[in-house]
Amino acid sequence: MAIPWDIIIIQTVNGIVTGMILALVASGLTLIFGIMDVVNFAHGELFMLGAYIGVVVIVATGSFWTALLLSTLIVALIGAALQVTTLRPLLGRDPLTTILATFGISLVLQNYALWHFGPVPRKIQEPITGQFELFYLVYPWYRVLIAALSAAIIGGLYVFLKYGTYGIWIRATMQDRVMAQAMGIPVPAVHTVVFAIGSGMAAASGVLFGPLIGINHAMGLDWVLKAFIVVVVGGMGNLGGSIAAAILVSLLEAYAVILVGYIYVGGQPLSPAMAVVVPFIVLIVTQLFRPTGLFVPTPK
Amino acid sequence: MSKRSNTTYWIAFWVAIAALTVAPLVLPEFWRRFLTEILIWGLLAMSSDILIGYTGMVSFGHSAFFGLGLYGAAAALLMVKPPNMWLAILYGLAFSAGAALFVAYFATRLRDIYFAISTLIFSQIFYVAIFTLTEITGGENGLNFSRPQLGIPGVYTLPFTSETLHWFVLAVVAGSYVVLRRITQSPFGMVLQSIRENEARTRAIGYPVERYKIVAVMLSGLFAGLAGVLYAFQNRFAAPDFVLFLISGEVVIFNVLGGIGTLVGPILGAAFFLTMREFLSRLFPYLASVFNVPHLAEFPYLIPLGLVFILMVIFMPQGLLGFAKRWLNK
Repeated sequence: MAIPWDIIIIQTVNGIVTGMILALVASGLTLIFGIMDVVNFAHGELFMLGAYIGVVVIVATGSFWTALLLSTLIVALIGAALQVTTLRPLLGRDPLTTILATFGISLVLQNYALWHFGPVPRKIQEPITGQFELFYLVYPWYRVLIAALSAAIIGGLYVFLKYGTYGIWIRATMQDRVMAQAMGIPVPAVHTVVFAIGSGMAAASGVLFGPLIGINHAMGLDWVLKAFIVVVVGGMGNLGGSIAAAILVSLLEAYAVILVGYIYVGGQPLSPAMAVVVPFIVLIVTQLFRPTGLFVPTPK
Repeated sequence: MSKRSNTTYWIAFWVAIAALTVAPLVLPEFWRRFLTEILIWGLLAMSSDILIGYTGMVSFGHSAFFGLGLYGAAAALLMVKPPNMWLAILYGLAFSAGAALFVAYFATRLRDIYFAISTLIFSQIFYVAIFTLTEITGGENGLNFSRPQLGIPGVYTLPFTSETLHWFVLAVVAGSYVVLRRITQSPFGMVLQSIRENEARTRAIGYPVERYKIVAVMLSGLFAGLAGVLYAFQNRFAAPDFVLFLISGEVVIFNVLGGIGTLVGPILGAAFFLTMREFLSRLFPYLASVFNVPHLAEFPYLIPLGLVFILMVIFMPQGLLGFAKRWLNK
């Protein structure tokens, strides 16, 4: 049996593109978890809200890039407001209560979107329409651009965390909250900023990914589940681990699409749709051998 | 518990049972079904209280156990002719026990938030499986089946009407409540509560914590599966939506609204949630017609309920029952 190199290369590109978007969603999630011990169940809804605000702004201004910027800013502000009103009162209580609170937020946001925008999916036009040839496929440049932009945003976050004043405060708070407070770092404000950054990143990925999928009120569900898997596999709170796990999971899923075609059950090849179980299998295997994640020894 | 409050407790218990027994005779058909539904969701919420309230593990995967119970009962009712009630219960419990064993084995390796997320993801595995195995499960369209006969086949049977179904459900839920209450007060239940209070110390004393947790998840899953079987009898319909994690979320909401660690609380929470749902989904169309804003008619009831839920998490974490208890003791 000849190895179909062309398909493998195409799927590698596909896997990296979806992996970068997933990494963008997951790094916001893991940043919020690492610093605040908050598992943000509303993350998928912030992603969805970002995409919808993107749609509204595009309709108003006609510019994709304005939409990307505005949507990120607006959702970051919404995130900050949510953090101040619902999560700040829960500081110091059992981290499980924050799961409940953010789950409540996700219910409210999702149903509001359903009510306000209706059940019909919306569409965002791609800002660039160029294509190039990849073997026999015509591959849109936009997908490559998404991957590059996601990498740029994550890179920007890294630089900010490494050199920015707030970034240094954020890392200090991540290491030791009490000590950071004792040194005069405004910890509550750091929490709000972190939640705003995470929300903004979710919104940006929503707008960026909008042209590839229909935008509806339930779109956050799929993504947040995958992002949770990635965050657990990468070691919760470990930013680099989440990014690596996002790309690993997406690549494996992309290759599985090829592989299931060779697995025959009752004379029929399996449907490529079966590849969606791959992230779950990765998770199970990780839990069996390294319950705390692939990339971090034991967080806490 | 003192002797006097014990007597008061049992009087209250029997009064509630008596009221719920008489209720279907006076209520119209719709509300009769509604009451039965509250009991079924109450049983599901109660089963999850074993984990949330007593062992301190928040499960976001109860829809898997409930759904597998539902599909198990569906399998028995569709494959075995004539449909047999006991076989449906057996199948449902076996299916949910299988799911519970699977989830328990993997998820109990983790604690707190990690446990919650793992249960959520594992329940989603079952959702994907049921959704994609179209030939067996009917996929998105689900399965339709008919109700079995109540009783022992060949000896004495009578058809399930909405009254007899209600009494049957009431008997099962009340029985489960008594059993679960006994379990939480048994030495086993005490160990679970000590895991909630201080896991490290419980381990240090010498209890095999992991084994206790696995049994707790299995127990909780079995009762959730029983709720699924009852739901199969009530609705004669199984769909992947019942395995989706939104159901698990609702179960957690019932628990928080009613008051965790009380067993009765989750049932009250379910009653409160479902009653509010009925009330709000009538209120908004009414308001829309009064204020002449047609768009308001479709306002989702989950927005006000979600806000109430968030407020309860922040300001009243002990739930309605806990709040009432404190208020009565004043």
